[in-house]
Amino acid sequence: MKSIGLYIIFIGSMFSQRESFKTYVKRTIDEAILIGINSLTLVAIISTFIGMVTTVQTAANLVSPFVPESVISTVVRDMTILELAPTITSIVLAGKVGSNIAGELGTMRITEQIDALEVMGINSSSYLVFPKIAAAIIMFPLLVIIAGFLSIYGGYLVGTFTGVITGEDFVYGLRLDFRTYNVFMAIVKSLVFAFLISSISSYKGFFTRGGALEVGQASTSAVTNSCIAVLLADYLIAELLL
Amino acid sequence: MIEIKNISKSFEGRTVLDGISGIFEQGKANLIIGSSGTGKSVLLKCIVGLVRPDTGTIYYDGRDFTNADKDMKTEIRREIGMLFQGVALFDSMNVERNVKFPLDTLTVMPEDEKLDRVNFCLQRVGLENVNKRMPSEISGGMKKRVGIARAIVNDVKYLFCDEPNSGLDPQTSILIDELIKEITVEFNTTTIVVTHDMNSVIGIGDKVMFLYKGKKLWEGSNTNILDTEVQELRDFVFANKLVKHVTKD
Repeated sequence: MKSIGLYIIFIGSMFSQRESFKTYVKRTIDEAILIGINSLTLVAIISTFIGMVTTVQTAANLVSPFVPESVISTVVRDMTILELAPTITSIVLAGKVGSNIAGELGTMRITEQIDALEVMGINSSSYLVFPKIAAAIIMFPLLVIIAGFLSIYGGYLVGTFTGVITGEDFVYGLRLDFRTYNVFMAIVKSLVFAFLISSISSYKGFFTRGGALEVGQASTSAVTNSCIAVLLADYLIAELLL
Repeated sequence: MIEIKNISKSFEGRTVLDGISGIFEQGKANLIIGSSGTGKSVLLKCIVGLVRPDTGTIYYDGRDFTNADKDMKTEIRREIGMLFQGVALFDSMNVERNVKFPLDTLTVMPEDEKLDRVNFCLQRVGLENVNKRMPSEISGGMKKRVGIARAIVNDVKYLFCDEPNSGLDPQTSILIDELIKEITVEFNTTTIVVTHDMNSVIGIGDKVMFLYKGKKLWEGSNTNILDTEVQELRDFVFANKLVKHVTKD
């Protein structure tokens, strides 16, 4: 409970004694490049393969001749939009971005760089953490959209290449009973996950004490706590929005 | 001038600072000395506001810093420059951006004026043609100089140095000491240096405060420290056999 209280105070501290708007814009762009652009390759590879595997496994399980082949792409579409794209992408980003944020802030803490900011009269949590959270909130939905597109496209490619489904059937299945609400839900999930991962990792890194060993522990703790928070939030959002 | 009154600080029941008072004068190098673990760095952190003391008050030119509101604290902090023990340069920024950082975030100065000021400060600390180098590409002594340049770039009134000689060879240590002294006089700053280096004490200690187990045991200057009768200070000063030997001669 104490940690949750400190976390809330930490989040609140970002909004007091703010720096100039220009400073935040510049820092947010820098962080967006680190969080978003630099994660693009990883997200692209993972989502494409997940789409491919989902298509192959769904096809393998559809043994009844009474089930049309287009069901394969419908299943791939709904699994991707509702769960795989937002949640798996966020779990992957919790590992990459979360550990990066916690490691960076932890190192800044133990090398007195955060103290240096405080001595200069700069609100260190606002200056360092706010742009990270803002950048994550901007970039996560974009990454999730790209992940969703690539996952479905990966499924299409493997499906048509291996002959388990024709291109026409795949596209028909994609369009069949399509609910735009699911896309909205995926975006909501990505926004919530972005906030959780960036803020929890920042909190863990910001309050690191000790040396290199503790920075490593903070990174590990940031990833595990972020993953747990993402899965809990995933369940709550599903309960609330579906 | 900075005045501290009755500063005490404990961590988990262990007293680190016990009722320390003193005055640090403007235009002078005020040294806080003592063995490792006597509370020197904690006292410095209390003075700059990184650690809140349990009791006591700190005044910056008569302004109560301890009980000041956020705006007043920020105002005072923007008059502070600090050289950290590990220098605390920002790893992601080159030397120029590190030194310019306080100007970027705390002022609305035009860019060319900022660069002029950065170059002036870098030249003042004896560094040229290093603007585009990253902190990882320069030596320890150069990092300290960059740290000093960053500390003074914003026309500060108060300069704090936490163990400025740590990790430096004797020659570079003397150069850094001399630089701190010169800047103190030239910019008329109130300078507080935490150190356990006797060379610094003898070289630049206009005013010296000796801490022992969290208490202030002695106050004086580099001219009378060698004649002290305080046994704990004598043990500290003459711990180095060379100092003892030279003093006898």
